[in-house]
Amino acid sequence: MESATTSIGRELRKTALNSVHRRLGAKMVNFGGWDMPVEYPKTGGLVAEHKAVRGGVGVFDVSHMGDIRVRTGRAPGGALAAVQHISMNDAAKLAIGQAQYSAMLYPSGTFVDDVIVHRLGEDDYLLVINAGTREKDIAWVRENTRAFDCVVEELSDAYTQLAIQGPRAADVLQKLTDAPLAPVRNYWFTHGTVCGLANVLIARTGYTGEDGFEIYVPSDVATSEMVWNAVMEAGREFGILACGLGARNTLRLEAKMALYEHEISDSINVLEAGLERYAKFEKPEFIGRDALLAAKAAGITRTLVGLEMVERGIARDGYDCCAESGAAIGVITSGSPSPTLGRNIALAYVPSAMSSVGTEISVVVRGQLYKAKVVPTPFYKRARKTTSVPAD
Amino acid sequence: MAYPTEYRYTKEHEWVNVAGNVATVGITDYAQHELGDVVFVESPKVGSSVTAGKTFGTVESVKAVSEIYAPASGEVVEANPELQSNPEKINTDPHGAAWLVKIKLSNPSELAGLMDAAEYEAYVAEKQKEASA
Repeated sequence: MESATTSIGRELRKTALNSVHRRLGAKMVNFGGWDMPVEYPKTGGLVAEHKAVRGGVGVFDVSHMGDIRVRTGRAPGGALAAVQHISMNDAAKLAIGQAQYSAMLYPSGTFVDDVIVHRLGEDDYLLVINAGTREKDIAWVRENTRAFDCVVEELSDAYTQLAIQGPRAADVLQKLTDAPLAPVRNYWFTHGTVCGLANVLIARTGYTGEDGFEIYVPSDVATSEMVWNAVMEAGREFGILACGLGARNTLRLEAKMALYEHEISDSINVLEAGLERYAKFEKPEFIGRDALLAAKAAGITRTLVGLEMVERGIARDGYDCCAESGAAIGVITSGSPSPTLGRNIALAYVPSAMSSVGTEISVVVRGQLYKAKVVPTPFYKRARKTTSVPAD
Repeated sequence: MAYPTEYRYTKEHEWVNVAGNVATVGITDYAQHELGDVVFVESPKVGSSVTAGKTFGTVESVKAVSEIYAPASGEVVEANPELQSNPEKINTDPHGAAWLVKIKLSNPSELAGLMDAAEYEAYVAEKQKEASA
């Protein structure tokens, strides 16, 4: 189900909340070398968790995510220049306290990883990266910022990261912090006292397609457990559930948010992945820019589309797609029943000529063809006051 | 959930309840728990023949696909129609109303190697110990 590269013969890494998950009876899996909860059967499991986030609130331990700080060196401006070089979005547009979805690219225009870039201060940035790509990412950032006047620090192990997600997330978190949350817009962040801990980073971000926050607290076990318990207690009146990677995956799939090694990878470029709006070609330079401009001029041959199964059958990650003739045309990158829609949905790469909404294609499920059709994405879009996608 | 003592169990977490020469087959409570929310059941057609140890259907949850292995050879005489519309029954009543198929056995001696309830419970306890290690 997950992108995970397994690390055989290596001890699984644990977050500070590992024993909390085990006490809650979570089903644990190896996710990218991390021992992580996939669901909590005792409180209802994956579907209940998914629905809690769509209708109320849920909390995820996402401490396995990585954090890289890039700050100014001897003279101001070096950190921004470095971030501009290694990421495709325009970090110069960020105000202090604002974040943006972006990606680090190889010179070929394919993905090192997708990242959220936060502007912490005048020339000070925090890049939040994926768990499975942590070592690769940090090496990439160090290597490619060497020529710039900046300081790169890996802070991954310093933070326990909790994602509090759902329409009641703000109600829950507001009980625990003095920082006013209402003025914090989507993809902005603030700092405040949370559970008595000073200066906690509180970002209105997430990976669920729902309103919510991600908070970063010190990663010692005592502090992490104290905050987790306080969030659960504060959320009790809203029916908060601890949520695992299973629900995280179905939630992000409904919202068409990319997962590394699935929708994006080192062999898929930004245009194919449909993420061009986050690539700012007006920037004079960033790694991957030239290749993307060339690919744009040449035109792309495959496109990421949303599929809905027409016939009974569930498309799963890695299944083949084919034309009516049976000729192979593409592959499912992520597929699952959608708990919100009650239908079987998937994302797939198909020839661009077959990417328009309504096109019928087939999915090979255990040797048999099942009809699906291309549908508009995201599959799920929340009703809300603010914009539905992170600020470009 | 207790494992009925009159049933026999496979290492692939199916249960078998034999009456005469017909075996009713389902998946165990352990299996449904491992799968999570069941959303889809694919059963063999009535009249088809199945072979011991070979897959003859699938049970799918939101996050996983699980193949079902025939515990014994024979002909499928009934498939539980209830599971087509209410597959989630497997999560609530795996040992009872959510049986999968009934097989008319062609070689009942194939069932001799299966575990009884006590053996299966010990087998599952071992699995759980591995998982929490």
